[in-house]
Amino acid sequence: MKDDLIKEESKMIPKGTYVEIEKVILNPDERASHIPLDTKKLPLIMHVKGFLCEDGELGKMVEIKTMTKRKESGKLLTVQPFFNHTFGHYVDEVMCLRQNILIEMEDYHE
Amino acid sequence: MSKYQEVMDRKSVIMKNALKLDYDKFELDGIGFDYEMMMSDSGYTLGDVIQIQQSFSVGNTPLIELKHLSSYARKFAKDGYGARIFIKDEAQNISGSFKARRAAMAIHQAKKLGYQGVIAATSGNYGAAVAALAAKAGLKCIIVQECFDSKGIGQPEIIEKARACEAYGAEVIQLSVGPELFYEFLNLLEETKYFNASLYSPYGIMGIETLGAEIADECLSKHGKYPEMVICTNAGGGNLTGTARGLLKHGAKDTKVIAASVDLSGLHMASDHDFNRKSFTTGHTGFGIPFTTFPDRSDVPRSAGRPLRYLDEYVLVNQGSVFFITEALAILEGMERGPAGNTALAAAFSMAKSMKIDEIIVVQETEYTGAGKHMNAQISFAKDQGIDILFGNPLKEIPGKNIIFPKSGNDLIHKSIDLMDLRYSYLKRYKDIKLTEEDYEYLGLELKTDKNHIKLWMEDINETKK
Repeated sequence: MKDDLIKEESKMIPKGTYVEIEKVILNPDERASHIPLDTKKLPLIMHVKGFLCEDGELGKMVEIKTMTKRKESGKLLTVQPFFNHTFGHYVDEVMCLRQNILIEMEDYHE
Repeated sequence: MSKYQEVMDRKSVIMKNALKLDYDKFELDGIGFDYEMMMSDSGYTLGDVIQIQQSFSVGNTPLIELKHLSSYARKFAKDGYGARIFIKDEAQNISGSFKARRAAMAIHQAKKLGYQGVIAATSGNYGAAVAALAAKAGLKCIIVQECFDSKGIGQPEIIEKARACEAYGAEVIQLSVGPELFYEFLNLLEETKYFNASLYSPYGIMGIETLGAEIADECLSKHGKYPEMVICTNAGGGNLTGTARGLLKHGAKDTKVIAASVDLSGLHMASDHDFNRKSFTTGHTGFGIPFTTFPDRSDVPRSAGRPLRYLDEYVLVNQGSVFFITEALAILEGMERGPAGNTALAAAFSMAKSMKIDEIIVVQETEYTGAGKHMNAQISFAKDQGIDILFGNPLKEIPGKNIIFPKSGNDLIHKSIDLMDLRYSYLKRYKDIKLTEEDYEYLGLELKTDKNHIKLWMEDINETKK
C-alpha cells in the first residue's frame, strides 16, 4: 500500500483507490439444506475488487465500483490488492520423482 | 421463504432470459427430452463451428506423438505391446486450454443475440477462456469462482485462474466453499442481464466437437486409420461428450472413448474442511461421478454434456500418478504443462501397456501451467496443509491424507469403474416411477444400450430396493 494514498491521521482510504471488499452473501441459517455440517455453520462469503466510491476505512463498510461498473458494498478488506501466488517451495519428493524417471529412462539420455 | 429459496424458485425464468433458449420445446412426454433436437436447434454445422472458432484464432492445435513416453510405457509391457501415445496440445489455444473452443461458441452466441456481457460460474480454465474471448469480442465479463476456505486460504490453482481472468479485464467474484455459488450466479445474471456462458449449453459442447474431428482427421490422414482409443479427462462430462460427437461426425465409429478422472474418493466437494486438502480442482471424481450419473445437475435445465451416451470405459488414477506423468512429460518430452489436464495422460500411460505396439491412444488435451497451477505449487501447498507425500502403491493413496507417487513407471496403474455401477446409479432416480415405452427408449439412448436392458435393470432396482 502506498503511504501517500492514506491520510495518516484518519487512516482514511481515498475515493477511487483500488480495493477488495468482503460481503456476506448468505448467513449460516440462510444456507442450502443439503451441505456438510462444517460448511453449513459458516456464512457464504464473497470477495470482489473495485474502486472506492467514497473515502473509506479498513474494516468498515464501503461501496465500490467493479470492473463491469456494478456497485457492490461490503467490508473493506485490502487496499491495492495484488497476486503473490508462486511455484511453491522446494519439495524433495519432487526431486526424487524426477531422478527416478531419469534413471529408468537413462538409455534415452546417452 | 428464505432469500436463497426465492432466487432458486426463479431459476428457470432467469435461465431462459440468460440463454434465450427455450428448453421446454425439447421436452418429451415423461422423463426424457430430445437431445439431438437440442444439439441441432442452433442450426450450426461442424463447418460453422470451425469457422467461428477460426475467427477467434481457436483450434487446430498440434497432435504430438510422445515417443519417449511411449517407449517408457513399453519397458513395462509384454513383447509386441505398448501403444503409441499421442497428445493434442490444447495448451496452445488462446488462454491456454481446450476451454477456448467452448468459450468461442458462447461468446459468438452472446454477441449475436446482442448481450452486453457474459457470466460464467467456473473455478477452472473456462473462466480464463471466457474472459479472453469476451475481451476479444468487446463484451463485459464476470467470472464466479469458489475460491477460498473459512480461513481465507485460496486454492493456488484457482487464484491463478482469477489472475488470468483479471488480466483479460474480467470482474472476478470469489466465494467461500459451498454449492450456493449457483445462487450468487443467478443473482448476477438477474442484475446484469448478461448471457449465461454455461459450460453445459449446446454451444459449450458443440465447441468441442471440432477437437474430436481434428483428432480423427489427423490420425486418418497421417497414420492411415482412426485411433483405437481417445481418452478424455472427465469432470462435468462436456469434454468427453463433445470429443466423442466430433469423432463420430468424422466417421470414427470404432474408436473407443475413455473417461479418466483423478480419484478423490472420501473428500466431500462441499466441505469447507476438505476444500484445500485436494491437489486437483477439476478432472476429479467429485465432479466426474455425479455429473456422469446425473448430467442435469448443471447450471442449465438440460445439460448438453451426457458422457454415458458415449463412453466405453471409465478409469481412475490417483493424484500422485498425475504428478508423476506431469514430471515425465516435462523431462522426457520437453512439454511443461498443467497437472489437471494430464489426468488422462496418466491413465493413457497405464493403459498403453496392455495395448498392441501399433495401436494409437490419443490424449485429447493439455493445459497451460504457471504460478499456482504448477505441479510443484500444488505439491508444496499440499505439504503445507499437512498432506503426506509418499512413494509406493498409488492405489493406496488416501485423498486428503496423503499423495502417493509411483516409485517407477511400472507402478503407475489405473483402476476401472464398473460401467454397470454408473448406469445403476443413473437409473436409481427413476425407482418406483412408472416408465413408458418412450421413457425406456430415452434411457436406452442415455445409457448407450438396448431399451430391453433398461427394463431388466429397472426391475432389478425396484425389486432390490423394496
